[in-house]
Amino acid sequence: MTRAETLLELDRISVAFDGFKAINELSFAIGSAELRAIIGPNGAGKTTMMDIITGKTRADSGQIKYGAHAVDLGQMSESAIAQAGIGRKFQRPTVFENQTVFENLVLALAHDRSPFSVLKYRMGRADRVRIDVLAEEVGLSDHLTRIAGELSHGQKQWLEIGMLLAQEPRLLLVDEPAAGMTPEEREHTTDILVRAAETRAVMVVEHDMEFVRRLNCRVTVLHEGSVLAEGSIDHVMQDRQVIEVYLGR
Amino acid sequence: MERTFLVRNPSILIFIGVLAVVTLGATLLSEGLGVGLLSTSFIKTLGKTLCLCLAALALDLVWGYCGILSLGHFAFFGLGGYMIGMWLMYARTEEIVSASLANAPLPATPLEIREAIGTQIFGVVGGSDIPMMWSFADSLVLQLLLVLLIPGLLAFVFGWLAFRSRVTGVYLSILTQAMTLALSLYLFQNDSGLRGNNGLSGLQNLPGADDIPQALISVWFLWASAVSLAMVYIISTWLMSGKFGSAIRAIRDDENRLRYLGYSVEGYKLVVFVFSAVITAIAGALYYPQAGIVNPAEMAPIASIYLVVWVAIGGRGRLYGAVIGAAFVSLVSSWFTGGQVPDLNLGFYTVKWVDWWLVLLGFGFVLVTLYAPKGLGGLVDMLVRRKEA
Amino acid sequence: MLRLLVSLIVFVLFIGPPQAQESGLQAVLQNNQKAVERASRKTVDPLLDALVASRSPAVPQFLEKWRAKDVWLNQKDGLFYYLKSEKTDPVTLVDIETGEAVGTAPKDDMKQLKPNSGVREVLASALVRFQLQADDKARRIAAVSAIERSAEPQHLDALRKAAAAEADAELKLRMDRLVRLLAIRFDPDPAQRVAAIRSFASNTAVDVRAALNPLLATTIVVADKMPEGVNLARRLTPGANLSTEAAYDLLVEKGLAPAKLTRDVRDKALLAHLQNENVAGIPRAELNTEAARSEAYALLAENGLVPPPVTQAEIREALEAHVFLEVYAESDATVTNAARESLASIENRVDLYRSIDLGLDALSLASIYFLAAIGLAITFGVMGVINMAHGEFIMIGAYTGYVVQQVIPDYTISIIVALPLAFLIAFAAGVALERLVIRHLVHRPLETLLATFGISIALQQLAKNIFGTQARPLTSPAWLDGAWVINDVISISLIRIAIFVLALGFLGLLIFILTRTRFGLEVRAVTQNPRMASSMGINPDRINMLTFGLGSGIAGIAGVAIGLFAKVTSELGSAYIVQSFMTVVVGGVGNIWGTLAGAGMIGSLQKVIEFLNPSNTLAAQTYMIIFIIIFIQFRPKGIIALKGRAAGD
Repeated sequence: MTRAETLLELDRISVAFDGFKAINELSFAIGSAELRAIIGPNGAGKTTMMDIITGKTRADSGQIKYGAHAVDLGQMSESAIAQAGIGRKFQRPTVFENQTVFENLVLALAHDRSPFSVLKYRMGRADRVRIDVLAEEVGLSDHLTRIAGELSHGQKQWLEIGMLLAQEPRLLLVDEPAAGMTPEEREHTTDILVRAAETRAVMVVEHDMEFVRRLNCRVTVLHEGSVLAEGSIDHVMQDRQVIEVYLGR
Repeated sequence: MERTFLVRNPSILIFIGVLAVVTLGATLLSEGLGVGLLSTSFIKTLGKTLCLCLAALALDLVWGYCGILSLGHFAFFGLGGYMIGMWLMYARTEEIVSASLANAPLPATPLEIREAIGTQIFGVVGGSDIPMMWSFADSLVLQLLLVLLIPGLLAFVFGWLAFRSRVTGVYLSILTQAMTLALSLYLFQNDSGLRGNNGLSGLQNLPGADDIPQALISVWFLWASAVSLAMVYIISTWLMSGKFGSAIRAIRDDENRLRYLGYSVEGYKLVVFVFSAVITAIAGALYYPQAGIVNPAEMAPIASIYLVVWVAIGGRGRLYGAVIGAAFVSLVSSWFTGGQVPDLNLGFYTVKWVDWWLVLLGFGFVLVTLYAPKGLGGLVDMLVRRKEA
Repeated sequence: MLRLLVSLIVFVLFIGPPQAQESGLQAVLQNNQKAVERASRKTVDPLLDALVASRSPAVPQFLEKWRAKDVWLNQKDGLFYYLKSEKTDPVTLVDIETGEAVGTAPKDDMKQLKPNSGVREVLASALVRFQLQADDKARRIAAVSAIERSAEPQHLDALRKAAAAEADAELKLRMDRLVRLLAIRFDPDPAQRVAAIRSFASNTAVDVRAALNPLLATTIVVADKMPEGVNLARRLTPGANLSTEAAYDLLVEKGLAPAKLTRDVRDKALLAHLQNENVAGIPRAELNTEAARSEAYALLAENGLVPPPVTQAEIREALEAHVFLEVYAESDATVTNAARESLASIENRVDLYRSIDLGLDALSLASIYFLAAIGLAITFGVMGVINMAHGEFIMIGAYTGYVVQQVIPDYTISIIVALPLAFLIAFAAGVALERLVIRHLVHRPLETLLATFGISIALQQLAKNIFGTQARPLTSPAWLDGAWVINDVISISLIRIAIFVLALGFLGLLIFILTRTRFGLEVRAVTQNPRMASSMGINPDRINMLTFGLGSGIAGIAGVAIGLFAKVTSELGSAYIVQSFMTVVVGGVGNIWGTLAGAGMIGSLQKVIEFLNPSNTLAAQTYMIIFIIIFIQFRPKGIIALKGRAAGD
């Protein structure tokens, strides 16, 4: 992959918690319009990797280069990283439960986030249309005025995905999007992610192999904090080391 | 747009209506402008209560909406009082001093007047020099600016330090309490430049208004307090109903999520905290001229906690809840502690309410926290919903 | 035998060769009857010499009686007597030599000898000389003590001789030391003084410093040129180490320069020359600025009506024409140099001791904070709950101590009873609070804080209603009064030591409970992962209840300890609550070592700030809180941060 196509590059990242190396010399890259699945057993460092990219955890060593100008994310705050175009969906659906679906989406819309411009914000026609489109996409058109806390688990997941899309990020980090969903809901989720990856980079952490297979994309296997294998799903599933790690336990 | 704003927030009209009725009614019954049914001291109590409501409103913005439980808001309230008190005391003393120097063999020079003011104000703490911080005390405009600036600056510095280091929850509450304790201890010193534990006094006497009776002045302040409360209520409703308010409530519910949406949570907290501090300072600046005296004891941690109690009883997270709580509890409080409530004779023991009111309030507050966490405002919500249903 | 010989020799040396024939006391007095009757400071010395020469053993007692105005002259026979009692008439006469009653006389015949205060002073000092020679050790000690209290130049020689002859090693040391102290002040030989001064280098005793400091006393001297033969401390330069104002004021004071024109003097002069509502042609009404008044005065001065004001140039000139010196009152430079050196070494030592003393103070304050905060830290750590009523549990403990003392009058027993009782009562109150309130507010820490605050208001007011607003005494047993004095600088009161020991005991006990008992294991399990703990059969409700009880119980004990040195009022607890919170926050939540570190840090910080700004303990607290707010910037989770439920992640 050449520099021009690479959106995010992790260069020999390490991080340790009280001596335990959660991430060990991890190197990784993703293109600017690519869907990528991250798999690996528990404790492989998947979530920690996302924490490092989004600024929640600081790397002990190594560099995270982002975008065409190779900005170092290691020095930026969470909100600055998010503003730079990296959106994250958490494992547990986290939406603002006391606010309506509509308000949740308005908060996520890609606009200047500084307090005073938010204070001056007036909703225009374009934004209203955008929210309708997003709601349509995540299947929440009929629920815009409902309080988010009243939604079902799957609907919350979608709302969060909808909020992610509303941010118009260049890189989407999605942690177990299909957890707790019915098979139909899963299919719908797959569609949304595949469509999103046409114009931006999407990283999906998932346990469910069937779901990964349906994503039909390049797969990175993490183990003990570093990359064990990378390639198509069939390729990695035949890798001896991968089999050992998954089945040997 | 404004019409939809009012339509979406019908509480504004109700609130202003009630406030106007109370204020007008009190005016018509007052000694100053009305039939004299209400004593001047009652009008003052009413005016002071409105100021406390304003402070409670400001606290509700940071606590009910933004999730920052400040146990130190009276620091700003007191500072506001001190800032306006400096002008009131200085200007008033200047009048008195000029009058008494008028009979001097030589017409007084500015220096002589200044020295006499210094002795008059600071003699009580063994000084006569006017400290640097009183440099603007002769100007009402500058001192009014300081009412906004000094508490705002304190809130900004404290908030910047605290929010930047991601101190939240009870930790933050305790730090705010420490802040107000530090400030009150500092002001207790005689060389703090603000007369130590004597505080600033005689604030009820407005400079240049010698021939205007207190009965009239008290009505003026009642109106000033009511108008401020109404204005802040409208501004706050507007702030909290739009996208900004949505972001603020999002901080309360899940500030990390908001961070990953790209919002700099610290900046928002800081804006709300400073805004709230400035409102509280305005409330203090209106309160203390009615109370007549401001001293460091006013800023003791307990005072700020009472403010929190009012908001909690009224119901946080709703502006009218804070106002109802402050009005209700502080009026009932002054009723009980004023000794007007008849003692309760149990036969073997006579309950004197002056002594037992705080016990009642304390346990009552525990009950409210346990069984009505939404406070009196929650009751209003329930009634409204029942009517709708 | 040897001792007797030595003292005999000394006695002879002291008194010198006998000047008169050995004779009786009464005889000597008769020879000097006028001098006895009308004794004055000047005439008393030859008389004393004569008395000493008489070697009568009755002389010391006579001097004492004389000084106490107990000697009477019988005007009939001209002899001196003591009286058995002056209340009877006739009075019984007592012989001054034998001490036996020798008859009676009518009171009118007796004349009391009333030596004036000058004479009494001389007598006292002479008595001391006698006492220093006394065979009775107690009397010699009394004499040394008397000299220590008020020394006089004539004591030096006597004491020096007595010290040389002293047989008792301990007393001899004391005498030697006193000799050197007196030598510093009174010895005519500068070399001796310097030696004495040097011998006290690094000695931090207060009396040494009191003897040395006056040697370095200075006065400011103004002269038109450098004077000769003064013991110069330093030269003062106006504008540098002496303000020009002060320098000029000094010149004015010594009459070396005209006084500056003060505003007061100027205004009086203006009024004095007020004519037709005008001063020097300027209307009175226009004299309402300082500039106008000064101008009017200048006009008066031009007309020669008032002296012209001193100009800046004149002030400069006057200052330049004089030298300002700081001169030692002590004229001998070798003495002042030695004193300076010795004092410097003493100051170093004193500084060292002061830091040790400060450290001890900080330690005792830290143990109080530790005791007050540890209960809070435990409940906060295990349950994530801030108990605003913690201070009131401290208050409950203190009042328990007070009530127990009302029932059991013996202070020692009452304290021994009060400590466990305070624990039990506070424990019960804590368990009740947990079961009735806190359990229902689980996972709502801010609401718990509010509810416990409601409890705090109510309990405080209840205490006020029951015990009144005035402070109640909680008296410590007598063996806890007083202080452990290590030297003149370092001392620490016994109560504080006891509290330190108590805190240490609780530290050990808590560590034992948390690391060595089943309960401790369960507490740690609930702290780290409550869900996991409950799935392993631990009942978190029970653990929370007992933990809360334990934390409250310790607060009760802290209350008894604090009550011993602070006043027991309903506000006792709230006085400590903010510091306790600070201790917990600074130390790091849920960790005994964290609380210890927090208490240590806050205690020493407060003492250091108080030391730097001793006049102002209020400001010290302000600065401390500001420091803590800034400290939190760098360690938001406290000194010792924990991971898990308490860490809030």
